[in-house]
Amino acid sequence: MKAATIQLETLTCPSCMQKIEGALKGLDGVDRETVNVSFNSSKVKVNFDDDKISLAQIEEAISKLGYEVKKSKVKPA
Amino acid sequence: MQRYILRQKNLFTLICGLLIVSGFLSKWITGRADIFHWALITASLLGAAPIAIQAYQALRVKVVSIDVLVTIAVLGAFVIQNYEESAIVTFLFLFGAFLEQRTLNQTRSAIKELTEMAPESALKQMENGEFAKVEVDEVDVGDILLVKTGAKIPVDGTVLTGEGSINEASITGESFPVEKGKDDKVYAGTILENGTLQIIADRVGEDTTFGKIIELVEEAQDSKSAAERFIDRFAKYYTPAVLVLSFIVWLFSRNVELAVTILVLGCPGALVIGVPVSNVAGIGNGARNGVLLKGSEVIHDFSRTNTMIFDKTGTLTIGNPAVSETIYYVDDTEDALSYLASIERESDHPLAKAVLQEIGETKFHPVENTEVVKGGGIIAAVNGQRVAVGNIALMEKEKVELSAEAQADAARLERDGNSLVLTAVDGRLKIMMGIRDQIRPGVKEELQKLRKLGVKNLIMLSGDNQGTVDIISRELGLNEAHGNMLPEDKAEYVKRLREAGRIVAFVGDGVNDSPSLALADIGIAMGGGTDVAIETSDVVLMNSDFRRLPHALGLAKATAANMLQNIVIAVGVVLFLLASVFFSEWMNMSIGMLVHEGSILVVILNGMRLLRYRLRS
Repeated sequence: MKAATIQLETLTCPSCMQKIEGALKGLDGVDRETVNVSFNSSKVKVNFDDDKISLAQIEEAISKLGYEVKKSKVKPA
Repeated sequence: MQRYILRQKNLFTLICGLLIVSGFLSKWITGRADIFHWALITASLLGAAPIAIQAYQALRVKVVSIDVLVTIAVLGAFVIQNYEESAIVTFLFLFGAFLEQRTLNQTRSAIKELTEMAPESALKQMENGEFAKVEVDEVDVGDILLVKTGAKIPVDGTVLTGEGSINEASITGESFPVEKGKDDKVYAGTILENGTLQIIADRVGEDTTFGKIIELVEEAQDSKSAAERFIDRFAKYYTPAVLVLSFIVWLFSRNVELAVTILVLGCPGALVIGVPVSNVAGIGNGARNGVLLKGSEVIHDFSRTNTMIFDKTGTLTIGNPAVSETIYYVDDTEDALSYLASIERESDHPLAKAVLQEIGETKFHPVENTEVVKGGGIIAAVNGQRVAVGNIALMEKEKVELSAEAQADAARLERDGNSLVLTAVDGRLKIMMGIRDQIRPGVKEELQKLRKLGVKNLIMLSGDNQGTVDIISRELGLNEAHGNMLPEDKAEYVKRLREAGRIVAFVGDGVNDSPSLALADIGIAMGGGTDVAIETSDVVLMNSDFRRLPHALGLAKATAANMLQNIVIAVGVVLFLLASVFFSEWMNMSIGMLVHEGSILVVILNGMRLLRYRLRS
């Protein structure tokens, strides 16, 4: 398992959080319990299984929703 | 294509707005309805495109977002061929979002300033011995780093070589240079103003003191109170409910206009955004002023505090006791003084430090058979003589006779708030020292401010003797003061007051007071940037600055009030809109959207006021 912290552009509507959360929870290999989107810091924290999914795929899922990914960091969970 | 449209949202908004304006202008000037129509249709389509894409994406992940409501509303307006409404609604929605982003960035600016102080790069010693610039993430514990004048210290570390003066404002909030040399500790995020240092990395990244502070503040700004979690859950079902409601209204009334108006009016905006906005602005103000507030729950409890308990030493007093008076009962003072110094040199008691400081340079003797008497002092053999150093209780135990004169001196010194250190050699009293801690300058005024802010009970607890405690209490005008208390007594006291229904804040130094800090409703640590203090408490006053306490309380109160205002505004607006749609003639989609977006901006601007909050003197 890996733990990713993804910095997004400024989030402005709380429903953005629901959308991002929904999108990430639907991905195979993402630990659904750990998905956490913070509104004020505009950050996403998530644990994922790096055998099943890559960080790039997670970032892609977010940017497909129209939210720009600024920076991400991965640590072993 | 989708991504292009979303990225160019601001451009779309602008064109959409221009088309609406030119449409209306051409209608009024030339009177041509067809140009007006086509301009507004184009404006609606352009404006609706990004909203519809967002709505589609939301639906794909099974979320009924506000975009979904607006998209359906715009479609509805198209169906009844009301292009004026559809164009204006899409424009207002987009423009509102644009303004929200701008203003939200403002409310978050204070915390952003803090996080941007984090170091980004470092000069690391490579295998060939040369220093090369690397990302701060690539530095590991044990690496040797070079820091030049003007650069940020990249990690918490120890100085290997070099000297310099460092501005530690990012850790302590105090902006004056501190001199550092070999073996001194340096902290990440502080700035080397002068000199060059080579340091070895002890802690890196999130483990550094600065990293912990940032993490804490970042978590605090997004931590949610029970009320907020309720609002979040509520919002999740609220939007689909509005959709269903509007559908039912349409089913029974067959009035598309009314149904789409309800969709627009029902958009949840100010309610969901109001509380987080106050929270981030309040915490941001604190971070800028050396006060860490850990989240909205803390702010809520802190704002209701009616009882504040203070530790004495190091909190109300400077915590650096000094000898105020020395009285000799013999003529040959030289030997007695050097015996006293020799014994105290081996003790780490705070009073011992004061005694040594007072005596200064002297001859030291070897000390043997040291016996520490708990709550009394020390007995030892020096130079073949039996020396007792301690309080009156120890003297009585040692059967040292105190003359009437000595007893009067002792009483006077104690009355003035001194702790006593008596020295007897072979059963005869030689020296009496009165040691007193000084009250922090300005504490009395700060306590008055706290009282004005509604803290009715100011209480001091201390391990010191009751005489000393009473004197300080009288001087500061406290409600209660209790001496002779061990850490567990203090914790028990806090517990009793809480059980009596008081809302208790405990202010302490965070090390030996941690049980009380944890037990109180609000634990306030006077933290000089130490980890324990930062972690165990709810509020941290950086650099142990007592003057920040009234600001912290005032800020918590202002923030709590601000949250409440925002909730009232948000709920009020929704009720007002719903009432108007059923009971008035003038309500329509465009006005509804205007009021809706307006209320969001009002709560953001209201939250922003907190950034400028200052305690009125």
